[in-house]
Amino acid sequence: MAGQLKLGQGPLDYGNRLWLKLLFAAIIFVLYVPIITLIAFSFNTDRRGIVWRGFTFDNYVKAWNNASLQEALINSLMIAFIATIIATILGALTALLLWRFRFPGKGAYEGFMALPIVIPEICMGVSLLLFFINTGMMDLSVKLIWPFNLLNIIIAHVAFCFPFVAVVVRSRLVGFNRQLEEASKDLGASEWQTFWSIIVPFMMPGLIAGALLAFTLSLDDFVITFFTSGPETVTFPVKVYSLVRRGVSPEINAASTVLIVVTVIATILAMKLQAPAKTEKS
Amino acid sequence: MSETIVSIRNVTKSFPGGVKAVDNVSFDIAQNEFFALLGPSGCGKTTLLRMISGLETPTAGQIVIGGEDMALTPPNKRPTNMVFQSYAVFPHMTVADNVAYGLKVTGVPRDETKRRVAEALEMVKLTALADRKPDQMSGGQRQRVALARALVKRPKVLLLDEPLSALDAKLRDEMRLELTRLQENVGITFIIVTHDQDEALSMASRIAVMDRGAVRQIATPSELYEHPSSRFVADFIGKVNLIEAQVISNTAGALVCEVKGLGRLELPTASPAAGTIAIAVRPEKLKIGTSEPLAANVIKTRGKVRDVAYYGDTSHVVVAVDNGPDLSVNVQNESRLGGAGVERGQEVWLHWSPNDTLVLTE
Repeated sequence: MAGQLKLGQGPLDYGNRLWLKLLFAAIIFVLYVPIITLIAFSFNTDRRGIVWRGFTFDNYVKAWNNASLQEALINSLMIAFIATIIATILGALTALLLWRFRFPGKGAYEGFMALPIVIPEICMGVSLLLFFINTGMMDLSVKLIWPFNLLNIIIAHVAFCFPFVAVVVRSRLVGFNRQLEEASKDLGASEWQTFWSIIVPFMMPGLIAGALLAFTLSLDDFVITFFTSGPETVTFPVKVYSLVRRGVSPEINAASTVLIVVTVIATILAMKLQAPAKTEKS
Repeated sequence: MSETIVSIRNVTKSFPGGVKAVDNVSFDIAQNEFFALLGPSGCGKTTLLRMISGLETPTAGQIVIGGEDMALTPPNKRPTNMVFQSYAVFPHMTVADNVAYGLKVTGVPRDETKRRVAEALEMVKLTALADRKPDQMSGGQRQRVALARALVKRPKVLLLDEPLSALDAKLRDEMRLELTRLQENVGITFIIVTHDQDEALSMASRIAVMDRGAVRQIATPSELYEHPSSRFVADFIGKVNLIEAQVISNTAGALVCEVKGLGRLELPTASPAAGTIAIAVRPEKLKIGTSEPLAANVIKTRGKVRDVAYYGDTSHVVVAVDNGPDLSVNVQNESRLGGAGVERGQEVWLHWSPNDTLVLTE
């Protein structure tokens, strides 16, 4: 036999090559060190948050007691909650339409439906702002009581969230065996019974994943919200932005850390539910 | 024959683009029959089955089940249930929920549902697995779920679409016996679609052979095998030696014809054949020998062994007749020694009875 391969020389032995390890380290550094720093400094005692002075939870307490920050967070959660429900229903129906039916202009419809995914957010923000001003909805929402004054933002969020739900649910439906539907009808179920007891349970992982996606997208959206919110309504990302303009404080670090944790948890859940079901053999 | 349960009357199904999947088909299926629709893929057998179930609507013609025209009856209102080729077991429900589904959606009371589900699971021997999810089961077990789910509805007709095609050989034999046993026990008419002639021959009480949307012959398995009505049926069911022949004379049950390499043959037949016909002999009806057969009233010919294929229980020998066709002969390997008893290149004699010779005009 010829000489043995050295470590890292095998065809799939990439993990042992030095330059690859360095590249990997560099990527981790650029992507994650800023975030880790942000989280670490949320526990800093220093008022200005530049140098590390000691460990504390005070920043979290202060952020929690900040009334305007609290109001912004509640607004954001409310918007995300309502927008998610509407976007999920709308997205699921769109996915069903595209999966189930053939109609003239379907290709074009499918393309336009997905437009909010690719269109620059700034364009969408401006166009929605113009739309709300010209229809008088901007003036209207200011006069309404909470949470109805969030109407415009919710509409805007639904508009850019529902295509994501539609895409996720649609890709789930591709794997649906049409014979299941036929079997259900053959066994005596009506169209409506078949929909609720066969198709909806099948869509469920896609629906949950889509909903969580919509929730995180809505929760941390800045650009579109900034354009479509009235002078009185402030959401969490917009509030953070306005605070940062007056200087970085560890309070913002703390609030941002909370937001990171919420979105990461939601994303992990979404990925778990999106993953194809593992077939267990017993 | 007993009472008719399914009546297919001049049924045609055309698909957009002008393809006629089923072309003016008519036949009746009697109560308690085990009826097989047999044919090569694309012959329209599955389309016909789906029209009986209501999942497909005929372009023309009438389907009558239990004396009622089914034209306006949707699949969920028909007295038929189907076992799908992919089984279509609901993945998010347990075995028991799958079986109960058809009763639940039609509002059968809960205690009756429970009793009937238990009965159905007992029937397919799945009682122990009632709480399993389908993804924890083998193909054979999933098939049983599909069967129980359909049978629990007590349909007048059970439709089975290629029920054995996804199973491995051993399991297939087992399921074949089990299906015939079930059919005898429950006393429901079974209509099975298959492209596998062995499956149809061994299970069905009657078979309809289909080709390109038309029914070519409907008969019992033995009739189909021994008295096929056309070259297509003879060739599709089992193996056969098809030989071209020219009719010389045809008088009152005795047909004289000329076959290249075999000379003049006199065959007993009632068919008014004339011109060019085909004569057919099954390979197992041919006898092979090394010396000229002495028996009288046999068709005999000399030839050279071209090929011997060993199959364990039998050997398939191909003999090239001098100046004539190649003939296949199945030889039982009756002794452990010697196999077929002939070798490639050997000069042999073949003979068979004129009574085993079929005359095919179509």
